[in-house]
Amino acid sequence: MYEHDVIVVGAGGAGLRAAIAAKNEGADVAIVSKVHPVRSHTGAAEGGINAALREGDSWEDHAYDTMKGSDYLGDAPAIETLCKNSPNEVIQLEHWGMAFSREEDGRVSQRPFGGLSFPRTTYAGAETGHQLLHTMYEQLVKSGVQVYDEWHVLNLAVTDEERPEDRTCHGVVAYDVQTGEISGFRARNGVILATGGPGQAFDHTTNAVSCTGDGQAMAYRAGVPLEDMEFIQFHPTSLPSTGVLISEGVRGEGGILYNAEGERFMFEHGYANNDGELASRDVVSRAELTEVNEGRGIDDEYVHLDMRHLGEERILDRLENILHLAEDFEGVDGLKEPMPVKPGQHYAMGGIETNENGETCVNGLYAAGECACASVHGANRLGGNALPELIVFGKRAGKHAAGAEMEPAKIETGQRGEYETAEIDSPVALGEPGSFGDADAVADGGTVAEGGSVDETSIVERAVEAERRNIDELLSSEGIHHSEVRSDLQQSMTRYVNVFREEEGLKQALRDIREARDRYKDVAVSDPSRTFNTDLLQTIETRNLLDLAEAITIGALAREEFRGAHWRAEAPERKDDEWLKHTMLSWNDGTPELWYRPVMLEGEDKTYEPKTRSY
Amino acid sequence: MSTQVPKREEVESTTDEAASSPGKQRRDTAKADRAGQQEKQREAEERAKANEDTVRIKVFRYDPEVEAKQEPRFDEFHVPFEKGMTVLDSLMYARDHYDPSLTFRHSCRQAICGSDAFFINGSQRLGCKTQLSELDEPVRIEPLPHQDVVKDLVVDMDHFYEQMHAVEPYFDPDELPDGELEEQRQSRANREKIKMSTRCIWCGACMSSCNIAAGDNQYLGPAAINKAYRFAMDEREGEARKQERLKIIEQEHGVWRCQTQFSCTEVCPKDIPLTEHIQELKREAVKSNLKFW
Repeated sequence: MYEHDVIVVGAGGAGLRAAIAAKNEGADVAIVSKVHPVRSHTGAAEGGINAALREGDSWEDHAYDTMKGSDYLGDAPAIETLCKNSPNEVIQLEHWGMAFSREEDGRVSQRPFGGLSFPRTTYAGAETGHQLLHTMYEQLVKSGVQVYDEWHVLNLAVTDEERPEDRTCHGVVAYDVQTGEISGFRARNGVILATGGPGQAFDHTTNAVSCTGDGQAMAYRAGVPLEDMEFIQFHPTSLPSTGVLISEGVRGEGGILYNAEGERFMFEHGYANNDGELASRDVVSRAELTEVNEGRGIDDEYVHLDMRHLGEERILDRLENILHLAEDFEGVDGLKEPMPVKPGQHYAMGGIETNENGETCVNGLYAAGECACASVHGANRLGGNALPELIVFGKRAGKHAAGAEMEPAKIETGQRGEYETAEIDSPVALGEPGSFGDADAVADGGTVAEGGSVDETSIVERAVEAERRNIDELLSSEGIHHSEVRSDLQQSMTRYVNVFREEEGLKQALRDIREARDRYKDVAVSDPSRTFNTDLLQTIETRNLLDLAEAITIGALAREEFRGAHWRAEAPERKDDEWLKHTMLSWNDGTPELWYRPVMLEGEDKTYEPKTRSY
Repeated sequence: MSTQVPKREEVESTTDEAASSPGKQRRDTAKADRAGQQEKQREAEERAKANEDTVRIKVFRYDPEVEAKQEPRFDEFHVPFEKGMTVLDSLMYARDHYDPSLTFRHSCRQAICGSDAFFINGSQRLGCKTQLSELDEPVRIEPLPHQDVVKDLVVDMDHFYEQMHAVEPYFDPDELPDGELEEQRQSRANREKIKMSTRCIWCGACMSSCNIAAGDNQYLGPAAINKAYRFAMDEREGEARKQERLKIIEQEHGVWRCQTQFSCTEVCPKDIPLTEHIQELKREAVKSNLKFW
């Protein structure tokens, strides 16, 4: 058993920032990550970091844009926390040496991005995430935080009181990929989940193979509600063959979208008469698919993104990485021809319910970054708002877990305060009570604390024992390979839970997920080795994807309105009277429970009034 | 170039440990039942082979813990070919359809995470960035040379990371601006100067291609020296810090070991002019030594 004050799970932007912040508070911190920190998917972020740094801009304007972008489903205290703190955090990165693009006077450059009223997207070429990730990893090396890299976290060690709000997280159980050792990691102060999004639930995604939402699935099964999971961002410009991302920076710098007839459809077909290509991502993705569905797509699949008119010099200076990506992954020379693009799964707005200090409703359990939902992004995230979320909320979670004095959060977590319960109209049984491995230990919040008399170390040890049994079971049983289940799941999600959603399709997705769950009971790992057994780890990840895909689809079926990234054929308009509320889903020991919490539109000094959203 | 598997005694100790676990015993008894599944996979591959549009890949296999894989060998897979298919795609296909135990690191699929550097048809390349259509068949895929093999295509990266950490790879300015929200100024020219050096994705291709690193385990290697370059050339750091950095790369196993063979530069998937950076640091070191005479 390993022991530290703070255990951070995941080592992308949020995890690194949390670890550095906790260390600065004097805590003994360790990172446990299934990939080495520099392999994290933060490195693939391209466009930039929104921060109100310059004269003429203000955090209030950034907050307004973010709330509008969220289609009024973001919580004002979280949005205002993001926008107030982002400038300091960006300057902190600069002070850590990050190689931002520069203006003539030597100050960091900013550019326009979709849905922004001011060009406040601070960037480093079209490789901002790479620069951010490596800059923070450098600081981590300097700080001496211990990294357990290629240790795959299997479960959380959480006590088993009936109400999640009474539970406490005492650590995690992890699997050493290289040796097969399963060990407990006791966290004296707290566990911070920074495990990224569930993009691999879809088959056309900009996300890495490692983006399997492990932290979300583990927190969910330990009793923490998942919030607003139906809101999945489909980025309008991914390469058709691989899903590789082409940055919004291309449109920010002036790139133009054309349909098969050579029309600049964002204007010519009236999708966004003011902002055109720089409308919010959900708007552009729907526009592209509408063009394709109405027969104006190229090869009935994609549209063209043209940046040739920007000129070679400007492209090389600000978007060079895009040329490499288009060439290497689509065989297209962006200087000479337009690039084919189509919407691809990119980001999960929802996630583990937290407040603005990163706390979940389970004591000692935190979440930050894409895996968390504070909620900053509501129904749609603006481009350039993911990276500031990592650093602002990563830092806050790290500080709080290390015991720093912080203002109490305004956002409520768990079933406390105002909320309402609801029924799920599913055509099939949901969840899987008692059917996976050691059900008591896994589905029931980690481990059993009888009468509260069990000490923290034994709680972690029991969770370790449960995982050892599960792994033995997976390695010794016979059955089908997980990749069949995963591939069917991804295809169903991409077909039915995409940009345009309708009731019957969503119900079909739930049937497919049910079938996939039933087949998953028969999966087995055929590689018998304890050495670097990726077969075993991917089998475990697939289980996480099943739980998350179901959560996404339940939320999408229940929300009968059109808001942000979520569009429903039966109800293609926003319904503020009924739906200014967050979708909450609790695992509830294997029988998912749906409930809702009102959105918080009251900011520090003003209330954000929902307005018609046009760009 | 040879592929290194760990010494025999290490192999045996791992095996003994695994044999004593209850899981291992159960796995052994279950082994016979797996034959059916393997038969199915073989049939799938036969079907692919019968189809004309397939590509043949020969993949290095080794697992210290599995009896049949303790002696390194090559397995051949026939993978259905699709336009635009990369080496990584073919490995994933072979794993998901023929042999789930086929093991390799990979994550982003877009040449930024640096996980999947392999030795492909005799040179170090990223699997995700290498088109099958550009390669002669059968495509030979091996782990990076000069690093211990953990299993199949997975090598031990610890030594590479240690060398990267040895150059004090973090920004360290003398002072920072006082004002709130005040950034340090950096000229566009200086940012341009360090730009290529900041593109390193720690894939280890350069280190694996370097003859000097192969013979001198303490040599910092191209990636670590490039990291030192990134800071030594950054005008935001002070002169004294730069001198300290030059001292680190000037040591016995530093820049002077480089014999300018350009192999690192040739294999770098991010086109970083590594050899040039090493040469420039040599010149900087000479200049600074002259200054102190």
